[in-house]
Amino acid sequence: MTAEKMALAKAINESLRTALENDPKVLVMGEDVGKLGGVFRVTDGLQKDFGEGRVIDTPLAESGIVGTAIGLALRGYRPVVEIQFDGFVFPAYDQIVTQLAKMHARSLGKVKLPVVVRIPYGGGIGAVEHHSESPEALFAHVAGLKVVSPSDANDAYWMMQQAIQSDDPVIFFEPKRRYWDKAEVSREAIPDPLHKARVVREGTDLTLVAYGPMVKLCQEVASAAAEEGKSLEVLDLRSVSPLDFDAIQASVEKTRRLVVVHEAPVFFGSGAEIAARITERCFYHLEAPVLRVGGYHAPYPPARLEEDYLPDLDRVLDAVDRSLAY
Amino acid sequence: MTVESTAARKPRRSAGGKAGTTGSKRSTTGTKSTTRTATGKARGTETELVQLLTPEGERVKNAEFDPYVAGITDDELRGLYRDMVLTRRFDAEATALQRQGELGLWASLLGQEAAQIGSGRATREDDYVFPTYREHGVAWCRGVDPTNLLGMFRGVNNGGWDPNSNNFHLYTIVIGSQALHATGYAMGVAKDGADSAVIAYFGDGASSQGDVAEAFTFSAVYNAPVVFFCQNNQWAISEPTEKQTRVPLYQRAQGYGFPGVRVDGNDVLACLAVTKWALERARRGEGPTLVEAFTYRMGAHTTSDDPSRYRGDDERAAWEAKDPIARLRTYIESQTDTNEGFFAELEEESEALGRRVREVVRAMPDPDRFAIFENAYADGHALVDEERAQFAAYQASFADVEEGNQR
Repeated sequence: MTAEKMALAKAINESLRTALENDPKVLVMGEDVGKLGGVFRVTDGLQKDFGEGRVIDTPLAESGIVGTAIGLALRGYRPVVEIQFDGFVFPAYDQIVTQLAKMHARSLGKVKLPVVVRIPYGGGIGAVEHHSESPEALFAHVAGLKVVSPSDANDAYWMMQQAIQSDDPVIFFEPKRRYWDKAEVSREAIPDPLHKARVVREGTDLTLVAYGPMVKLCQEVASAAAEEGKSLEVLDLRSVSPLDFDAIQASVEKTRRLVVVHEAPVFFGSGAEIAARITERCFYHLEAPVLRVGGYHAPYPPARLEEDYLPDLDRVLDAVDRSLAY
Repeated sequence: MTVESTAARKPRRSAGGKAGTTGSKRSTTGTKSTTRTATGKARGTETELVQLLTPEGERVKNAEFDPYVAGITDDELRGLYRDMVLTRRFDAEATALQRQGELGLWASLLGQEAAQIGSGRATREDDYVFPTYREHGVAWCRGVDPTNLLGMFRGVNNGGWDPNSNNFHLYTIVIGSQALHATGYAMGVAKDGADSAVIAYFGDGASSQGDVAEAFTFSAVYNAPVVFFCQNNQWAISEPTEKQTRVPLYQRAQGYGFPGVRVDGNDVLACLAVTKWALERARRGEGPTLVEAFTYRMGAHTTSDDPSRYRGDDERAAWEAKDPIARLRTYIESQTDTNEGFFAELEEESEALGRRVREVVRAMPDPDRFAIFENAYADGHALVDEERAQFAAYQASFADVEEGNQR
């Protein structure tokens, strides 16, 4: 099989299927992941093909899901757990931060916990409260965790393969509003390393940095800007921890301007870290301060207001204009 | 067959329907206590306590649990005694080392030796143990060198042993978390088709944690081969058990659909028998069990604690009369052919252990400062590498100055 066009959700499904086939130690766990195939159908058909012993419907208890996954990993399994929605992860936050992230160090390297925590995240789908959040910075802040987010189907397939093979715990943020976006998935392509950023559009005037759901938006912004004669480079970070600062630096040294875009609140968001480090690395290259576009320091709003809360084409273009005006 | 003769040892505050009141707190007579006679499920609100050895060292018959210690030899009895004495000696040495500034903190197990040695000796080599931070006696039974336990209390590491060498997991400080790890591990054991069992230790305080409740749920739903061994030592730092529960803790198991048993936690034979029974249930695929070992924390919560602020000496004195080591010694002296030489030799061994622990701890070096960055990740992390290099350069800048001064 070479390349096949499929939706992002289907690509993750195929990736999980591949992992379940290749390694008998891989398990899929979560709420409704079995017969239902998950609320987004990401695990559709897996229980039917791999059985209840490997695709496990769990009690509705997130701390229990992650805590038992840790125990299974200690026994030699490689659990891939699903947290049903971003806003539901916090009952498991203690197990993730206190136990999952630190066990390798506490054991002086004797214990490895290859656990993947899948979290559909982000807004833009008109959902009710607690179904549209972007908590990636809360995990990137914790040493011991790796945090990634694919932006398209091909990356979703391969990054899931790499996350499952990682001996470190990986928080895998899935851009739920892009679940149905289709792209070519190549089963044979040699993938980029899991934590390497990728230039998805080359440009010379300004660098847009994004990951997950905002990559597509930034590509649209770059197209709109091109019509106005502005050449924007778009960098898909793919990984929030570690962050590929070398790639951002290389781009900014070329374009001299940087705008970071994410759905998560700007305050203490990943954009703040990027701005600080790139300012330090590229101080003499920058023609403008690093700008950020993201959510506000307010609870995620009701769905009827989310378009005003989320970065969109105009807000990013506005930031681009402000940067170019320096 | 009853244990009326042990009125003074009846649970302090476990009367069904009276839990949460303070009227029965100091009562030694108002609580109903009977032996368990049938399978594990709690019946009604009557509190039951499994006891095989009274505080006076008298053997009490128990049809259900006697078989689990029926074949015990005199040597094995002396072995249990030795385990408890050496564990207590180690514990006392660690407390002293904290007082001398060699350890930053110590969590003493004083008084809980029977619960830990009895349950620890019930485990098989291939079983897996998930401790809290006070299971020094269980660690001893698993063959973990006691000096390895001291690294984290001295501050040279956060857990200095390989969990898989002795199937004894790292100490878990955030209470209750390990109950879920044990459950997950047990789910894995079942998937592997192995007949090993898993045992999770926690205390009366941890019983309030959501993770413990979730562990009960998961283990029951998946029929995981795990034993929940709750040492109810009556105090969660300053909070008595009444602040954690309105029913005897072992009765909680019933609501989850598995048996719960309260055992005299100061009776090493009863703890051995009940834990063996529970582990064998797990091996046979009969699922989880909750064992509540009713015991007492004779010392402070840790060396940083001051129990005089919240409990009286009279309570401690009452429990001193139920000392786990004294009662086994009485039993051994009356029922086996054990001469004074055994006790004298053990005393010497005990002192030798104390000396060794002292010497090892005092010689324990501080870790290399670059250990900060070691093992943060298994597969590495670019930022860790970058910060390690910055730290190295910073440290090296001092070295330059020092070298310069020397020249």
